[in-house]
Amino acid sequence: MNAPTTLEQFRRQTADWIENNYPQQLRQTPGASGEDPRQLKTHEQNWLTQLAERGYLAPSWPQEYGGAGLDDEQVRVLNRELRKAQVRSPPISAGLSLLGPVLLEHGTPAQKAQHLPKIARNESRWCQGYSEPGSGSDLASLSTRAELVNDEFVVNGQKIWTSHADSADWMFCLVRTDREAPQHEGISFLLIDMTTPGISVAPIRLISGPSAFCQTFFDDVRVPKDNIMGQLGQGWTLAKQLLQHERQALGSIGRGDARRALTLPELAAQEIGVDAAGQISDPVLRDKVAQCELDSLALRLTMSRSADEARAGRGSAHIASTLKLYGSELTNRRHELMIALRGADGIGWEGPGFTPAALRTTRQWLRAKGNSIEGGSNEIQRNVIAKRVLELPE
Amino acid sequence: MALILSEEQELLKNSVRNFVKTNYPVDQVRQLRDGKADGDVALRYSRQLWQQMAALGWAGIIFPEKYGGLDLGYAELGVVLEELGRSLAAQPFLSTVLLAGNALLLGGSEAQKQQWLPQICSGEATLALAFQETGRFSPWQVETRAQPSSNGFCLNGEKRFVLDGYGAEQLLVVARTSGATGAKEGLSLFLLAPDTPGLTITPLSLLDGRNAALIDFDNVQVQASQVVGTLDRAAMILEPVFDGASAGLNAELLGTLSEAFERTLEYLKTRKQFGALIGSFQALKHRAADMFCEREHAISLTREALRAIDEQRDDAALLVSAAKARTADVANLIGRESVQMFGGIGMTDEEDIGLYMKRSRVAEVTLGDANYHRERFATLSGF
Repeated sequence: MNAPTTLEQFRRQTADWIENNYPQQLRQTPGASGEDPRQLKTHEQNWLTQLAERGYLAPSWPQEYGGAGLDDEQVRVLNRELRKAQVRSPPISAGLSLLGPVLLEHGTPAQKAQHLPKIARNESRWCQGYSEPGSGSDLASLSTRAELVNDEFVVNGQKIWTSHADSADWMFCLVRTDREAPQHEGISFLLIDMTTPGISVAPIRLISGPSAFCQTFFDDVRVPKDNIMGQLGQGWTLAKQLLQHERQALGSIGRGDARRALTLPELAAQEIGVDAAGQISDPVLRDKVAQCELDSLALRLTMSRSADEARAGRGSAHIASTLKLYGSELTNRRHELMIALRGADGIGWEGPGFTPAALRTTRQWLRAKGNSIEGGSNEIQRNVIAKRVLELPE
Repeated sequence: MALILSEEQELLKNSVRNFVKTNYPVDQVRQLRDGKADGDVALRYSRQLWQQMAALGWAGIIFPEKYGGLDLGYAELGVVLEELGRSLAAQPFLSTVLLAGNALLLGGSEAQKQQWLPQICSGEATLALAFQETGRFSPWQVETRAQPSSNGFCLNGEKRFVLDGYGAEQLLVVARTSGATGAKEGLSLFLLAPDTPGLTITPLSLLDGRNAALIDFDNVQVQASQVVGTLDRAAMILEPVFDGASAGLNAELLGTLSEAFERTLEYLKTRKQFGALIGSFQALKHRAADMFCEREHAISLTREALRAIDEQRDDAALLVSAAKARTADVANLIGRESVQMFGGIGMTDEEDIGLYMKRSRVAEVTLGDANYHRERFATLSGF
């Protein structure tokens, strides 16, 4: 670890660099997940390019793969400075946050050289080919098959919930390569070019309206043999490792969203009114708001405690399940309360008669239902905690 | 400061754990309750063990060195109390150190502090703070009156749930010197000996078997020199005292609920029904996973509240209430679930798990339950 003076020097350098390079017109523009980099406005793209050139989109990755080679302390300092300056946050992408860390550890030198620099520069988009119509919570039962014919895998089957598959360049995909082997041992991890003939994509409409989710169909799709990550039949191990990263990302949803126009107490004050003392007039709803706010505080503190534990080398990999489980249930409760606070203003679907904010509340309430399902349903998270953390018998 | 224990705190934790293991088997709760323990039966705790703990410095953790204390923080205090909570060890920590002792530290004259704090740190004297009059915790709901008399004050009224109020060397009493019942202003503190004429102390029998008393004041005469702090301004002292005591009690409760949870897990791994360990049933697994998550949040909030007090942060009161609200709820959940999962054996007095639920219940209610603290959290949050 660097000496504090060096870290402080790094902090100052970083702060100066941000100050000198961040365009004023971008201040306070929040980042959203799953943005298509090709649709970013020019100045935003310039800023991201500048970040990428310093390796700051993947700050902990080695410099040879487009990262900045920073240690954990430095990454924290960098993130803090970026937050402090309220710059447009770096994009959240499946390549950066999900595939990258696993590829770094398990990819071949050629795979790493081919993919990591492009991911680190936000130049290639990835989607996740995990779930299938018949394999949701029971992911390991997946049946999309890949048969090795000469030097190619021939892939046939169907994936679902492949976010942004319609605009992705690549997919990391779980396929069954051995139908005779025990379920968890017959799975392999493939990297598939989305322009390969035989792939077709259809967007999915959700209960909340249009979404980034897609269905992806494979019809005799030929994938070079070298595009397998890890060994044949080792895919499930890599898949689980990647799921940890996903749970972490999903768990942070309940922390409260800086983009939300009104906080829960503000929304309650607006919809219910306050008494002379400034307290929400309805004591029952006030208590429900208090429960949500208190639980958000608890979740934030548990996250910061788990970060402290990880730093001290006492962390548990399965804390991600705890955070995902609790975070998504809290998000659901929060949205239930928000829609309840709006009353009949919370039942509009679209069009006149409803404010955009009210319509947003309704759509978010619907979309939040998915939080406790995606990334391993909360029932699966409870199974993981019971088995891995509490070591309860099978 | 981080939300995890430092090396020094881990060492302290281990030494408390060892002390507790040797001296406080859980069965002691039954022995004290049933009057089978050696000596101190009426006290409901062992004076001798309390003095041993004091000799190890624990009674003086939060007090300055000049009064015989260690001058450490609430974080360290929390470590000690959490371990004591794990074995349901009855001791006068809350009453003597966190309530009466801290009130003397924050409000007492130099002479009062010199006289009592060293004796508290050494374990020679135990003190009790008599404040509560209503069933639900409502700190300013004080009807006990202190009216000016010829050479001081005359006290009339009744105090309930005075923790360790039986057998204490001194009583610190909250009484109204002005203002209406319920007003924060107009309260004063009086320090008096339990044998003062007109004072009747009746031991109460609580769920957890610990020491608490009903104290009746019938024209009790006290001198002006027995006032602690500024007349009419006791709330200024009591507010931080209640916060510190709630934070400490919370740490103890965290220890209690953690032990109850771990014992339940152990039971799930050993009890067989239908030819299978009951911990293999998903209906129980999922509830255990939920308890685990809930406990994680209780740990985070409890530690953060202790840290906020140590750092004298503005949000300390808010965090104390958030922590107490959450920990009380989690303790309640684990209390209910643990007895349920133990099944029939959990209903018997012979099995320890019921003792954990009973102590949890008392700690949940003491110094304000989850409803009280959630309401206070909302008020302090500004909504």
